Amino acid sequence: MRVKWNRLGNEQTKTAILALLPSLIIFCVFTVYPIFYSLYLSFFNASLLSPKRTFVGFANYANLLQNPTFQRAVTNTVYYTLGVVPIGVALSLLVAVLLNSNLRLQSFFRAAFFAPVITSMVAVSIVWTWMLEPNYGLINGLLARIGISGPGWLTDPAWAMPSVILLSIWKNLGFNMVIFLAGLQNIPKEVMESADLDGVNPWQRLVHVTVPMMRGPIGFAVIVSVIKSMQVFGQIYVMTGGGPANATMVIVYYLYQQAFEFYRSGYASAVAWVLFAAIFVLTLLQNRLLKDEI
Amino acid sequence: MQVKRLIIYLVLFCLAILMLMPFAWMVLSSLKEEDEVFTYEMTWLPSKITFSGYYRALTEQPFLRYGLNSLFVAGIITCAQLITGVLAGYAFARLQFPGRNVIFLGYLVAMMIPSQATIIPAYILIRKMGLIDTYAGLTLPFLAGPFAAFMMRQFFLSMPVSLEEAAIIDGCSRMQVLSRIVLPLSKPALASLGLFTFMGAWNDFMWPLIIINRDIMRTLQVGLSLMRADLYPDWPMMMAASVMATAPIIVAFLLAQKQFIQSMIFTGVKY
Repeated sequence: MRVKWNRLGNEQTKTAILALLPSLIIFCVFTVYPIFYSLYLSFFNASLLSPKRTFVGFANYANLLQNPTFQRAVTNTVYYTLGVVPIGVALSLLVAVLLNSNLRLQSFFRAAFFAPVITSMVAVSIVWTWMLEPNYGLINGLLARIGISGPGWLTDPAWAMPSVILLSIWKNLGFNMVIFLAGLQNIPKEVMESADLDGVNPWQRLVHVTVPMMRGPIGFAVIVSVIKSMQVFGQIYVMTGGGPANATMVIVYYLYQQAFEFYRSGYASAVAWVLFAAIFVLTLLQNRLLKDEI
Repeated sequence: MQVKRLIIYLVLFCLAILMLMPFAWMVLSSLKEEDEVFTYEMTWLPSKITFSGYYRALTEQPFLRYGLNSLFVAGIITCAQLITGVLAGYAFARLQFPGRNVIFLGYLVAMMIPSQATIIPAYILIRKMGLIDTYAGLTLPFLAGPFAAFMMRQFFLSMPVSLEEAAIIDGCSRMQVLSRIVLPLSKPALASLGLFTFMGAWNDFMWPLIIINRDIMRTLQVGLSLMRADLYPDWPMMMAASVMATAPIIVAFLLAQKQFIQSMIFTGVKY
């Protein structure tokens, strides 16, 4: 009997290894090895154009923190995040609450709000670039009808980042909305009904009943949105290229430029690790939040 | 009460119109003549509907080829992720083997790594393998992912073991159990994972941008982004190209709205 179990156990191990192997190989080659190799590279002065590299210790990190463009990229990323997350989350919560009131046409509304989420960032960024075109675009055309002459949205350093933020809020609204819709389904009906019986107005109900009951989904949406915001790239690449005058230079665009336009692989790896560390901490926070809720 | 509902409808309608406006503008602009968009007064409707923008998008650059490249790459990645994800997820969920928990923990930690943090070494590796400008270079790093294994594991754990045990007592091998009993019951999870993976691969931008130099190897997203670089932009053509790049996903979404939303919620953990 014992021999048989052993044999079975060995066979299970064999099956398991065979089943896991394809996934594990790709995982080791394209995730485990690269993350450590990029840490290693970040201590070298290295170029994508030549195999030569020299050890420089923490110099890349030191240069990074003093580099005005990188500092600009960090502040811009924070600016972008502060622009996208609070407004985006609040707006999608509002839409979810409105949609949750047992309406006809609910699936039409849901589809309308969700459609931008699934479309490609590059395509919608091109569409928005055309909408924001200063002379012939939709936005300034509409503004002109009410007598306002709109700015050159993407060419004016003051307006470029708000334009990108607007696009991103529009693009991600539906994602947070479905998270909130799922969360709202979990609030017991009696809670809402007793609030109605107590004669609170809709605004009070939202602030004092719905929001506290939705702490979990809101926390989740906020952290997911912050992590996504820190990785913003596609819309910047298409709409502004980091300009005008670095007004929309963000961390990942900076990394892309340093690595693949200037070929500074060592320095760019340091950027990658700074980004990774920040996102890692946020994800741990998110997992903590999720655990509290489940 | 009636008034309140009316207000809700009104607010939602206004917001929905704002949400759909970019799509309307994209489609209407794509049907205009090349120089009609440059009128002093902005107009919504084309004075005469023309498909010349679509014609130019398809003939002035290998746009069709971009589309086929995207379809091929996203298709390969999706199939591979489903296979590797199911196999690895099943091993984690049901099989005992040394090091299981350590490896699984590694997968969990890896899900927190943003793709930008590994992109430079991955690029160097693909270049060393001589796979720049190839489909292999576009797909290889994405043939498996910790998320697919994680998601399938969670799904398998939620299934009762009793059926599988019965089949094993009847003499089925583990792989037979997986293909005949487990997989037929996993269709919803496979659909979610497949949809999510396909969408991610179809819309992916940064990796194909750095790994491809030759025009005919470009994916749709990269091809689109380069049209933007034109000094004298042909907006109707770019809008036509954008319509063609977004339409397949939008149509699929309208046909399977529930599954799409489900897969986004389910996979929301990833980001």
